[in-house]
Amino acid sequence: MSQLVEIRDLKVAAKTDAGRTVEIIKGVSFDIAPGEIVALIGESGSGKTTIALTLMGYTRTGCRISGGSVTVDGQDMVQLSEKDRADVRGTKVAYVPQSAAAAFNPAATIMDQVIEVTRIHGLMPVDAARTLAVELFRALSLPNPDTIGDRYPHQVSGGQLQRLSAAMALIGQPKVVIFDEPTTALDVTTQIEVLRAFKSVMRKNGIAGVYVSHDLAVVAQIADRILVLRGGEVQEVGSTDQILHRPQHAYTRQLLGAFEPVPRSPAEAARVADLHPLLEVDHLVAGYGPLQSDGMPLVRALNSVSLSVHRGRNLGIIGESGCGKSTLARAIAGILPRKGGNIVFNGRELAADARHRSREELRDLQIVFQYADTALNPAKSIEELLGRPLAFYHGLKGKARDQRVEQLLDMVHLPKSVRHRRASELSGGQKQRVNFARALAAEPKLILCDEITSALDTVVAAAVIELLKELQRELGLSYIFISHDLSVVEAICDEIMVMYAGEKVEQLTPSDIGRAENHPYSRLLFSSTPKLDPGWLDSLEQDPELVRAYCRR
Amino acid sequence: MKSQVLSLIAGRLGIAVITLLIVSFAVFFATSMLPGDTASILLGQAATPEAVAGLRKAMHLDDPAIFRYGRWLLGLLTGDFGTSYANGRPIMDLIGGRLINTLKLAAVTTLFAVPLSLFLGITSAMLRGSLYDRVVTLCTIGLISIPEFMVATTAVLIFSVSLGWLPALAFANEVHSLGELLRVFAMPVITLTFVVSAQMIRMTRAAVVETLNTPYAEMALLKGASRGRIVMRHALPNALGPIANAMALSLSYLLGGVIIVETIFNYPGVAKLMVDAVATRDLPLIQTCAMIFCLGFLVLTTIADIIAILANPRLR
Amino acid sequence: MTTPVSTTAPRRTPGYRFNLVGIIGFSVLLFWVVVALVAPWVIPYPVGEIVDYDYLAPISDKFWMGTDYLGRDILSRVLMGARYTVGISLASVTLACSIGVTLGMVAAVSGGWLDTVLSRFLDAMNSIPSKLFGLVVVAAVGSSLPVLVLTMAAVYVPGSFRFARALAVNINTMDFVTVARIRGEGTLYLILSEILPNILGPVLTDLGLRFVFTVLLLSGLSFLGLGVQPPYADWGAMVRENISGLSFGAPAVIFPCLAIATLTISVNLLIDNLPQKIRDRSDA
Repeated sequence: MSQLVEIRDLKVAAKTDAGRTVEIIKGVSFDIAPGEIVALIGESGSGKTTIALTLMGYTRTGCRISGGSVTVDGQDMVQLSEKDRADVRGTKVAYVPQSAAAAFNPAATIMDQVIEVTRIHGLMPVDAARTLAVELFRALSLPNPDTIGDRYPHQVSGGQLQRLSAAMALIGQPKVVIFDEPTTALDVTTQIEVLRAFKSVMRKNGIAGVYVSHDLAVVAQIADRILVLRGGEVQEVGSTDQILHRPQHAYTRQLLGAFEPVPRSPAEAARVADLHPLLEVDHLVAGYGPLQSDGMPLVRALNSVSLSVHRGRNLGIIGESGCGKSTLARAIAGILPRKGGNIVFNGRELAADARHRSREELRDLQIVFQYADTALNPAKSIEELLGRPLAFYHGLKGKARDQRVEQLLDMVHLPKSVRHRRASELSGGQKQRVNFARALAAEPKLILCDEITSALDTVVAAAVIELLKELQRELGLSYIFISHDLSVVEAICDEIMVMYAGEKVEQLTPSDIGRAENHPYSRLLFSSTPKLDPGWLDSLEQDPELVRAYCRR
Repeated sequence: MKSQVLSLIAGRLGIAVITLLIVSFAVFFATSMLPGDTASILLGQAATPEAVAGLRKAMHLDDPAIFRYGRWLLGLLTGDFGTSYANGRPIMDLIGGRLINTLKLAAVTTLFAVPLSLFLGITSAMLRGSLYDRVVTLCTIGLISIPEFMVATTAVLIFSVSLGWLPALAFANEVHSLGELLRVFAMPVITLTFVVSAQMIRMTRAAVVETLNTPYAEMALLKGASRGRIVMRHALPNALGPIANAMALSLSYLLGGVIIVETIFNYPGVAKLMVDAVATRDLPLIQTCAMIFCLGFLVLTTIADIIAILANPRLR
Repeated sequence: MTTPVSTTAPRRTPGYRFNLVGIIGFSVLLFWVVVALVAPWVIPYPVGEIVDYDYLAPISDKFWMGTDYLGRDILSRVLMGARYTVGISLASVTLACSIGVTLGMVAAVSGGWLDTVLSRFLDAMNSIPSKLFGLVVVAAVGSSLPVLVLTMAAVYVPGSFRFARALAVNINTMDFVTVARIRGEGTLYLILSEILPNILGPVLTDLGLRFVFTVLLLSGLSFLGLGVQPPYADWGAMVRENISGLSFGAPAVIFPCLAIATLTISVNLLIDNLPQKIRDRSDA
């Protein structure tokens, strides 16, 4: 059978800041048959997006194709002139971006941008293009398909924009569509609808696709074949079924392994015998914007949330974007002063504003942020970063401080040699370990972890979670673990609190998950988390009433 | 949505008024609170202490500063700008015709500079990295690096001294024909256009380049759009706000340029009047001229901000 | 998302290399600074002395840059003029940026009413055109070296404040500042240890740009007769003195102009070709 896309020994070179040229794609070859969907999977830096974009003969600034061929429908995109490439783009190969919100021009209506491809290439009259667009909107199950095109991008939701960008790609009736992590930025409940829409449209029109993602479970739902990439090289290729069930390569097995973390053993949690809770939050209210006449902020991000954490036990807080989980962490830490309710920590009431808390109170309650990149001062060495809390809280100086810094690095499994490095010289996982070590330096009783594994690759995130558990055993810490990812929370927490729209929906233990007596929203949320089973999406049935009530698509 | 735009514009106008108040305060106190007794200056060194005291009383100079400020501000608002210390004529009479001359100069310059800068700025952004872009960039760096008087003297050296095409001096009052008008205006306008355009080109280019680096510009490229289409359809509509800002900011360089240009070419405008007033320490005249310039500057920046608000598609 | 990041291989001071144009700019700047320092010992003739009866004379063996309208040696006056032009500009720009950057960081870190009042007031000051401000002050108090330095510093404080505040506000929202704040650190620590090191590069670049503006403003004021007063002269004042020679292209007008242009253009070229690392986000 003749292949639609043939990539042979593709090499892409990039220029670094220092002016050196490095090869980031090191001889990749694969084919795509007509109508086949191939997934490119790998962690950040594996080159998956770079490879996908070469199908359009395009590389981002600083990169260029340095060797090999990319033949699409008989034409080698590498050899074509820039003008001929432009003719192929949008007509034979189309692109669905990761962030549709950024890829739509804010100054033009959605319809104008969706049908722009037909204008550029003179494919059909404007009226025909509009009709086709509305058909596509309908096929992608967008609400108000007849009028949604008249709106501006900022007037529709993220999930809708993502589907609209698919319409924008499909309008030129391409042979291949590149999906660049199209659901990564979406909430799980929204992701389902978008994935379904993509799948049905692609299948109906027999379009081939390249699906770029870091999420094996998502890819399992839509791809026929999976390419596992690492460091610009193919590790393993196989059918979806084969990759999921009979992985050959060690790295693939690692990826799969990271997907199912080991839950916290009941024995670990059972050691707790403290009657008084370490932290008690009672009817907490907080928000943003100017205060109203009733003393409450204009936007209430937290509405009367109560919780308690016992010494040595972990509480997970789970919910979708905008549910107030991060606000909760900030209110407890005193970064965003609460406007109502009460926080009792270690038997004493905490002031609303961190500025009014004692140094000891601040030391006992540490917070670790999601992005180590912004949480670590780029102008300082690792030693300075870890040394400051030691000097500030414990008055350590000179040799004693140096020893403690080494100890801390050892605790988070980092070599002593990183001491003199700066954060920018470390990898993502290493940075997050430093970030965590800084919180440990204070010797706290409770650490608030705000999405600390969300920016990490799956394998790295799993290792960080294991580290957290290990440290807990050694130091008797408690964590409040905030995440949008159920599997992460399940792995480390004794109790899980589900939040929705600034309110606590319910609190349950990991073993309760999936029971019929769960709150309807919890059931919806839990069932929306993709499973590694390729048949999961097709067999998933959700109550449409529930979806309508809780999803902001 | 409409009401949001209106309230934003109203807010901007409010800020402009407050700014003007602060500026008037600064101008008044910079000129009248600093050392040097006005009455003694006016009467000269031979004056008796009694005469000085009498004049101080007549001019209300012994009143608290805040009252004098209030009276001065009230005068400005009612169109009473006071009288010149130097020759006792109402300031209104001194300024009137000269303000029109300056405005004429500014208007003609704007007419040339804006289209020229838009064209050069946008095209060099489109052809980023090309020889054309580099030449334009180098020229603009050169132009913003040298003082206005140097641009003017160079222009005189070239057009008047070497080529003999244009007169070196300008007298706007003695113009009889269109040809003469053009010849008289040519040197000041050429100089000012150079001074203003350099800034405008740089900022326009920067604004367009920034929008060309956005994901939606990349998306347009991946749809197969040509370079021209990406710039015209996707970059420009979004760069409108920043460009308007660049225009306004650069036009405010006109004010600085106008002071030098009117002096060099002996052009009878407000700026020349003000430089002369400084020589005679004619404070009321200086204050009024300063307020006129600040008002001009504020009007420009406010207009730019309002254009930016109107151009923001998210507020549509 | 998947932009390739070079791995942890040690990089040797990445991006700190200057290109040729930058080196040329730096050399010219260095030249003028050295001239300003050593001028009194290298000038061929005393600056105030009339050494030739032929005024506005052309270039000759004796007078490498000709003579001025009184018959004084231009070369000597240009070299000494560097002291005034470079010295005054440097002093006032340093003053302006120290005040502006300090206030900017304080405003960004403190926030609240202090930020509002400072921003509003300095923004209003910003809407007084710089030359006009110079005119008004000089009219009121007359021109002397301290007045010039202070006036020009006052002119550029608002711009420097605005620039530093914008940078500091960005840094201030970063999590590492939040971390330091809820560790219990005071404002001084936040400013000196968390904010300043992260805005230093762009702030120094901005200082360079403002130096150019200051040189231009000083030259402009001197040209109008409001800057450095006779018998001393900076380059702008020299152009003013000898403007009568303009009609026949006397070197007395051209050389001071060239001196200004070489200084300002070289600084601009240096800044435009700074290593990306230092220049980061300085195009505000």
